[in-house]
Amino acid sequence: MPGYSGFRIFAEGLTGNRGWGPAWRKPQPKPAYDVIVVGGGGHGLATAFYLAAEHGIRNVAVLERGPIGLGNTGRNTTIVRSNYLLPENNNFYEHSLKLWERLEQSLGYNVMMSQRGVVNLFHSDAQRNAAMRRGNSMRLNGIDAELLDREGVRAMCPLVDLDNGRFPVLGGLAQRRGGTARHDAVAWGFAHAADARGVDIIEHCEVTGIISEGGAVQGVRTSRGEIRAPKVGLAVAGHTSVLAAMAGIAVPIESHLLQAFVSEGLKPLIDCVVTFGGGHFYISQSDKGGLVFGGGLDGYNSYGQRGALPTAQHVYAAGISMIPALGRLRGLRQWAGVMDMTPDGSPFICTTPLRGLTMTAGWCYGGFKATPGSGWCHAYTIAKQEPHRLNAAFTLDRFRQGRMLDERGNGPFAWAQ
Amino acid sequence: MLRIPCPFCGPRDETEFAYRGDATVARPSAEGDMEAFLHYVYARGNPKGWHVEWWQHAGCRQWLKVLRHTVTHEIRAAVPATMPLTVPEA
Repeated sequence: MPGYSGFRIFAEGLTGNRGWGPAWRKPQPKPAYDVIVVGGGGHGLATAFYLAAEHGIRNVAVLERGPIGLGNTGRNTTIVRSNYLLPENNNFYEHSLKLWERLEQSLGYNVMMSQRGVVNLFHSDAQRNAAMRRGNSMRLNGIDAELLDREGVRAMCPLVDLDNGRFPVLGGLAQRRGGTARHDAVAWGFAHAADARGVDIIEHCEVTGIISEGGAVQGVRTSRGEIRAPKVGLAVAGHTSVLAAMAGIAVPIESHLLQAFVSEGLKPLIDCVVTFGGGHFYISQSDKGGLVFGGGLDGYNSYGQRGALPTAQHVYAAGISMIPALGRLRGLRQWAGVMDMTPDGSPFICTTPLRGLTMTAGWCYGGFKATPGSGWCHAYTIAKQEPHRLNAAFTLDRFRQGRMLDERGNGPFAWAQ
Repeated sequence: MLRIPCPFCGPRDETEFAYRGDATVARPSAEGDMEAFLHYVYARGNPKGWHVEWWQHAGCRQWLKVLRHTVTHEIRAAVPATMPLTVPEA
């Protein structure tokens, strides 16, 4: 299948657009592969792509229960950034951001990556100190961070109510290289590029069991029969506990709901990503014109993929506190994804007690920005059966060792991370 | 919106309650070893199905054990914290 290019769009336009084919094949599963990746979301497809592109492992199957891109990959608020405090996190996310910066060239697919800038507002001296500390930590690790005063915030996002009576804005921590990407195109781009390198993407194939013999994984049982492989990687977001239980592994994860919202379409209004410090709220504007925003978790364990109204009300209230002009808009759509929340808010990209079984999991609500970095590190971990230095800290064992990566110091309460 | 049937106050909205997680984990005795405490603090069954969980009602300040389904969100029982609550088979 030929790739995508400006020239091809021009040429197809002259010939009635009859030459376009599907972006990936629909192969039948083979009885055996070198590697099986369970989960056809962004992380699973990225894992397969980097296995083929970086490690030359092309006899790979990606098994997806439904169609590609209908899980969390299509349910997030599309924000990309690397503004983390802890070195283990900010080095990993910075690697991911660098992959984002050249992702379209790597994939040959337009993911509409837009480095429009991310700013986190602060409203008190304590929040400013925390923002400065985080910004300094980023700069020490070679990541761009910039402390904005009120005028800086006004210049970046004029609609923000700087003089809010309850939460006056003192400034913000900006990362100009942060931004947004089109989430669906990320899934399609990775699927297209992985498929072009020989990876079999098998949709409507639900994994129902994990086959292990002698302490090593041997393959999976699926709704379309047994598929064998000496290496299996899990990239199943909120269902990690369910899949890990099939392998007899208990993981420190709880599944929670996170909602996202879109307003009616508008002319350009907000040209960056802004987050509120007085409540949990973040907003950007899609290229189609809808404002895309979200807040915190619904707050109780769920696999339901639908959010409840108390959290929606909180998100809307926080949004109107930050940008009063939003009060004139109508919400258009609202949905929820299932998050795999960990006790410290940081992920797992690691080997497991079952030899040959690896996972990229526990992404809490930061999974989208991590997509290329997670796939890159997971592919390395699968190929070498040991972690890269960038994901060496993201182990299941860190709680036993007392090496938690608790970015916000919330303690071991998954729903509070 | 969940409606939680508080055994002391009757059915109330979820916004009156605070969630405190899996109620099936039990604190080990002070002599418990590290594995026991590791399990108590971090290990969670995270079932896709019936889940026994802690909620505290802000109205009457009582701690409750609630049996709730994590896919349908159906609440089948809510009892005082000291009462036993068993998970149905299906």
